[in-house]
Amino acid sequence: MKENQVDIQTAAAQTATKQKNPLVQLIDRLYELFDNKKIRFIVLAAAVAVLLYLPMRTSMYFMEVMTNVWFYVVMCLGLNIIVGFAGLLSLGYAAFFAVGAYTTGILILHYGVNFWLTLPVSVLMAVIAGLAIGTPTLKLRSDYLAIVTLGFGEMTRLAARNLEITGRATGLVGISRPSIFGMTLYKINHFYYAFLLLAILAIFVSYRLQDSRIGRAWKCIREDEDAAEAMGINVVAIRLFAFVIGSVFGALAGSFMAVKMTAISPDSFLFTQSVMILLAVVLGGMGKIPGVILGAFAMVIFPEIFRGIGQYRMLIFGLLLLVLMIYRPQGLWPERSGGYSAKGKI
Amino acid sequence: MSLQEIVVQQIVNGLLLGSFYGLVALGYSMVYGIVKLLNFAHADVYMVGGFCSLTLLTFFGKTFLGNGWAGIVVSMLITMIVVGLLGVIIERVAYKPLRNAPRLSLLITALGVSMILYNSVMVITGGEYRAYKTGLGFQGISIGSIFITHTQAILIVAAIALMLVLHLFITRTMYGKAMRAISMDLDCCRLMGVNCNKIIALTFFVGTALAASAGTMAGVYYGSLHFFMGFVIGIKAFTSAVIGGIGIIPGAMLGGLLLGLLESFGTQIPFIGSEWKDVFSFSILIIILIFKPTGLLGKKESERM
Repeated sequence: MKENQVDIQTAAAQTATKQKNPLVQLIDRLYELFDNKKIRFIVLAAAVAVLLYLPMRTSMYFMEVMTNVWFYVVMCLGLNIIVGFAGLLSLGYAAFFAVGAYTTGILILHYGVNFWLTLPVSVLMAVIAGLAIGTPTLKLRSDYLAIVTLGFGEMTRLAARNLEITGRATGLVGISRPSIFGMTLYKINHFYYAFLLLAILAIFVSYRLQDSRIGRAWKCIREDEDAAEAMGINVVAIRLFAFVIGSVFGALAGSFMAVKMTAISPDSFLFTQSVMILLAVVLGGMGKIPGVILGAFAMVIFPEIFRGIGQYRMLIFGLLLLVLMIYRPQGLWPERSGGYSAKGKI
Repeated sequence: MSLQEIVVQQIVNGLLLGSFYGLVALGYSMVYGIVKLLNFAHADVYMVGGFCSLTLLTFFGKTFLGNGWAGIVVSMLITMIVVGLLGVIIERVAYKPLRNAPRLSLLITALGVSMILYNSVMVITGGEYRAYKTGLGFQGISIGSIFITHTQAILIVAAIALMLVLHLFITRTMYGKAMRAISMDLDCCRLMGVNCNKIIALTFFVGTALAASAGTMAGVYYGSLHFFMGFVIGIKAFTSAVIGGIGIIPGAMLGGLLLGLLESFGTQIPFIGSEWKDVFSFSILIIILIFKPTGLLGKKESERM
């Protein structure tokens, strides 16, 4: 009896120490600090200043990697709207990226359109593609969407491979560089700023969407579809909207990528590309914007650091997905305590 | 060739293609029916089956069995058991801990398993094509200008025989009955004293074994294997399962054969060359989803997930 009590006491003491784990305390403290608007502003301003200053100091290689990071941040935030906010699994995200890249590429190369004018067309094409895939599938079970998007991703790649206008297997080569205010963008630094700007825009739009009426509707549908419908949310329309917005993010990133690379080929839009983006979103934490940004960073930087792993890369990513889903489904940067969901605190 | 002969030739091709699709689709459909999981890893199991039987066949080729039909049959049976057990392990390790988790987590896990499988094989094979050498000749039966090799004929018969065995297993045995019951209501079955975990494991075993047999047959038929060969057939098998009505066993077989036929005739249509073959099947999937999402044999579903 007495031993039991001691056991309970030690157990209680252990949980107490667990709660007062210094690291957790520190993180909680940081969160509190970050809640303060002034401090948040200072931290963010400092971060942006460092990011703007970076190109003046670092090497070309580093800039290339960082540009890639911003590119992935945009793509991941786009997919995050579909997977994280609305809870729909899309496995063909690279297709939207392809839609944007090819639209811009074809318009510039074959019709000589100004780059900036191709952007609205690219957005329009992404909306059409999103609607074409979403409309038949979003009424159905969510698994259907997963496989249809997988099929769609593959279809887009095959179409790009076989069509005359997309340059078949060689793709489009020699897309001219864009210019702004009479200055042609050609250096890596220019594209660094372009993608940084795009990423900041994507982050801003993501936050605005998250806190909007639509954003709350997405979360509501994700947690409980029936309850959402009972509350008067048009489930299909709201989901379709998530799908379309997500595809627009991808297409814009694709358009910019087309002019950065000046060449695109069907092999840039493989299934593994879609999976990488998905993994970044899952890794960082679905539905959490800072988490997704962190995920995008990790996804780009990790292979750069571990160059040797080469062919084992995707194998490791697969294992990571499995382990994450079983042991830490909320991702690396979980929603802070105080966030609410249908199942209580996460 | 006359039109009639082209038609017959395409029927043979279509049936063969369709029986591969059907065998893989069965596994998708069975697993979906029971645990409501779209098992992405299933297509990769098909590929693993192909490689496993190739390894065994190379081994048996040096023994008295040889690499003719005797060797192929023995290695296919062993492959079915080995890969079937792999399916059970996958279920135990990856899917069982998540049985009550959100569907999204389960789908992502399945994707992870799929990546692990095909990347492991890629690392082992170095990402190259492997020739599937058999001792089978190219003799066959010719009727007019139509030519059907013995291999083709035997493979079609074997695939259809496997489907029939499965059908009997599902409809006539206690295990089959338990599977059908679980697909209707898992919790209720548990209350009735059905050992659900065992039956779910058995379902994975049977489904995976069938995919492995299809992988072996595809190896024998096409004569080469590649680590990514499961990807496209996975989508097509899923299309087959949807055409027939997912979760319905005869539907998967019917859907597979139908898709095989559609595909082999579709490529004969002018403007749809063989390079558009895959696009053609995906379009069929989307068309089916728009007009008849429950599939040909499916009943109207009121449940929404």
